[in-house]
Amino acid sequence: MKQIEGVNDFVVKFANVNGTGSASANHLFAKAIFRMGIPVSPRNIFPSNIQGLPTWYEVRVSKNGYLGRRGGVDFMVCVNPQSMEKDIAAVAPGGYFLYDNTKPLAPHMKRDDITMFGIPLTEMCMREYANPRLQQLLKNVVYVGAMAALIDIDFRVLKDLLNDQFKGKEKLISSNVHALEMGYQYATENFQCPLPIRLESGVNLASHILESDHILMNGNTAAALGAIYGGATVAAWYPITPSTSVVDAFAKYAERMRIDAGTGKKNFAIVQAEDELSAMGMVVGAGWNGARAFTATSGPGLSLMSEFLGLAYFAELPVVLINVQRSGPSTGMPTRSQQSDVLAAAYASHGDTKHVLLFPATPSECFEMSAQSFDLAEQLQTPVILMTDLDLGMNDWMSPPLEWDDNKELNRGKVLDAEGLDTAEKWGRYLDVDGDGICYRTLPGTHPSKGAFFTRGSSKNEFAVYSESGEDYVQNVDRLLRKFETAKGYVPQPKTHPPIEVKRRKTKLKIGALFFGTSASPAYEAVEMLADEGYPIDTMRIRAFPFHNEVDQFIHDHDVVFVIEQNRDGQMRQLIMNECQIAPDKLKSVLNYSGTPITARHIAGKIRETIGTKKAKVVALKREKA
Amino acid sequence: MSYVKPKFRHPNLPTNRRGYTVADYDGAISTLCAGCGHDSISAAIRNACFKSAIEPHRIAKVSGIGCSSKMPTYFLGKSHGFNSVHGRMPSVATGASLANRDLTYIGVSGDGDTASIGMGQFVHLVRRNLNMTYIVANNGCYGLTKGQDSATADIGSIAKGGAVNPFEGIDLASLALLQGASFVARSFSGDKGQLEPLIRAAMAHKGFAFIDVVSPCVTFNNHAGSTKSYAETREHLAPMPVDFVPMRDEITTTYDPGTTQAVTLHDGSVIHLQKAANGVKTDDRTAALLRMQEARDEGNILTGLMFLDPNQADLNQVLNLATTPLNKLGKDELCPGSKVLKSINEGLR
Ligand SMILES: Cc1ncc(C[n+]2csc(CCOP(=O)(O)OP(=O)(O)O)c2C)c(N)n1
Ligand code: SF4
Ligand SMILES: [Mg+2]
Repeated sequence: MKQIEGVNDFVVKFANVNGTGSASANHLFAKAIFRMGIPVSPRNIFPSNIQGLPTWYEVRVSKNGYLGRRGGVDFMVCVNPQSMEKDIAAVAPGGYFLYDNTKPLAPHMKRDDITMFGIPLTEMCMREYANPRLQQLLKNVVYVGAMAALIDIDFRVLKDLLNDQFKGKEKLISSNVHALEMGYQYATENFQCPLPIRLESGVNLASHILESDHILMNGNTAAALGAIYGGATVAAWYPITPSTSVVDAFAKYAERMRIDAGTGKKNFAIVQAEDELSAMGMVVGAGWNGARAFTATSGPGLSLMSEFLGLAYFAELPVVLINVQRSGPSTGMPTRSQQSDVLAAAYASHGDTKHVLLFPATPSECFEMSAQSFDLAEQLQTPVILMTDLDLGMNDWMSPPLEWDDNKELNRGKVLDAEGLDTAEKWGRYLDVDGDGICYRTLPGTHPSKGAFFTRGSSKNEFAVYSESGEDYVQNVDRLLRKFETAKGYVPQPKTHPPIEVKRRKTKLKIGALFFGTSASPAYEAVEMLADEGYPIDTMRIRAFPFHNEVDQFIHDHDVVFVIEQNRDGQMRQLIMNECQIAPDKLKSVLNYSGTPITARHIAGKIRETIGTKKAKVVALKREKA
Repeated sequence: MSYVKPKFRHPNLPTNRRGYTVADYDGAISTLCAGCGHDSISAAIRNACFKSAIEPHRIAKVSGIGCSSKMPTYFLGKSHGFNSVHGRMPSVATGASLANRDLTYIGVSGDGDTASIGMGQFVHLVRRNLNMTYIVANNGCYGLTKGQDSATADIGSIAKGGAVNPFEGIDLASLALLQGASFVARSFSGDKGQLEPLIRAAMAHKGFAFIDVVSPCVTFNNHAGSTKSYAETREHLAPMPVDFVPMRDEITTTYDPGTTQAVTLHDGSVIHLQKAANGVKTDDRTAALLRMQEARDEGNILTGLMFLDPNQADLNQVLNLATTPLNKLGKDELCPGSKVLKSINEGLR
């Protein structure tokens, strides 16, 4: 058998039972690799359940810093009898499998094309620990110890991490370290350590990784910090996975950073609303009254917020909504990731509505864009929706450090204060004096006799007077369209890279790829794979809607453009078809909507198939023979 | 259109202590049906604000959707107003109040807006004891969508088309009491002598003040057989007159001993309950519920102040909210800056 080899480049997957404390042990594993300076991207693949169902944790180690999923599993660690059979089958030929052999493995499950390591994890812990909870928890730490020996994790780093985690709780530290040592010792005594796949600090790594001072954090925490830095004072929400931790993190930071020093009172308000309609209503009310407010939700909540989003669009009120996307309706796969709210968010609500969307791809972008969305919402006087997803929001990502420019002011947009009202020649709430579609608003309580107006939905004239005249209506919604055009100049530009040089170009086609959010990292990796095969692909990462004119241009400049996204209906492709002046048949979808994040191998495979690369033909031939 | 306001204003109109005339509290001309109870409520709100001398621009008006929710256009034209979406005014009011705790908030809703589509938001608003005045113009029907029964229509009440309502009506005042409201009153749009002081007291109250106002719909629910017509309401009205003396005014009226009962609000204002000799206690929630239920069983409409707890913590207190309104905070208070961010980055390595 030829074993899989490689330094700092492989995929390890852990198969656990939900609720058995595996998450923190697996996190310890990933964080140790991160501390060794090696690019790592861990992913929790968990059920909608508190205890008992199978759960997985996939750790990608990538010397080149690719943080998306690659596809395939090189090393499986399985402590869940329920999923054992499938987990064994998932290991790539030449790969490795570590399991709890307290109960012997059924003979039919054995594979001779992979290396199998049995460790009596349960037995060891029963012997060592009296407390049943510890017996269960530390089993996970024992396998981390064994992995340390097998793939060369720096043992000191593991110990440091445990010290950080349990600061001051000496007993916990020593029992955890003991468990690590037990695993480590068992592996060194019984197996050939280290394996051909292993870690080594500073070796083989891309230069941008060696120079970096990366952090490891999840997107939800980053978005919450963005809300703090962006000046949000009101958060109204209703719990829903995977967005809950946005508000949890906001609360945690606000309790630390937003307490008035003199009085101990709070410079923020968090309300757990009775539902998402109410959460959005509170944000709308607070925005109307001049506070920076936001909510965080996911698909079902977005649906419930639709009516208010439409009102906020027509009444021109600032709203920030952090939408952490997940798959489909509530029951079934609510804890799986997708990018399937693109259309629902872009056109949320009744009547002619369009909303500003931002698409972060990393935690540092979650931070930046979250903070920026409060400026945008007030500048544009409209809802701004930050479109992240479960994969980005709830998993730890290696990310450039968060940055903040202290000279930056909060941009409150066009708001007239008392003095402004006194000096304004003529004021109408919906009078477009600057020609950019954005009018001057006033806040309640500003001036004893000027600037008061009545906020409503669609029926009003430029002076906010009730009107059911068709002319007034048309004038107003046409101005809103002008405002949407203006928004293009405010929202983040798409990201492109210089064209890729390939040695032996195998195609005359000019190929482009468009993607956004968590599809980006695996897309870049797939593009590199294809470049190596002689197929150069230009990329554009979309970061906002409305689309910049560059998006149109990019599509015009290529013969075929792949739109890579994680939903069934190619929603971004549809949005582009709707909003850009392009021939739709140029746009080819590359999709994944299984609930687990899209992989580089999947993307590369689909592109090969479509353009008929040599490798695709070989794969097809093989398939035919089989 | 129920009344047309003259353009000319008398130069010698009396002013309140802040120098405003009652006309300064006017809104646009009403477009409701002539005789609609809602217009009387608008007038009562206008008069109450004038008499209590609240500066118009320091009041914010919020409403949902319905004929009743159109009312805020027809009073206090110098105040900002927000006609939001059907049944969701409570959440808008909550957000607005969190943004600026210094304004006076008046919410106007209908029985459809509150007791049907907005029931969820309403009870949660009550629970939170938001500092606002919440008025339901209760006509037992959906006026704006042409007269369908609402959830407050009494069982047995006959609709204009002749159908008998087979469902138990929801009593919003009892419900508010059950959910812990700190100020609960009921009134009748035709009883301005009672409604005005109640609104003034509600605005002076720190916390959630709920007033359920029977407000007949002349177009769809004012016929014989309807329990919310003017005639039926007048016939079954059991009013408890009230008087309101704001905190800063001297108490000039003298009441015969034993005929009034004084209830003091958080800010020192006093509500006088007249003819309350039969020992009505407004600080006893259970007794208030019982009183209302008994009146209902007898087919009577008990009006007046039902319950008051002037000291219940409002949402601002519960949240330990800073005294400076959140919408007045700037970068210095809100943005922790790059140094703090550096240390956060450190913790993530
Ligand atoms: C979501 C939604 N559903 C339905 C309507 C239609 N609608 C408008 S007003 C109204 C009922 C209003 O009744 P009520 O609150 O009692 O006010 P009234 O007109 O009786 O004063 C309805 C159902 C709407 N505007 N929005
Ligand atoms: S329909 Fe009824 S509630 Fe509506 S304005 Fe006319 S009388 Fe008033
Ligand atoms: Mg009604």
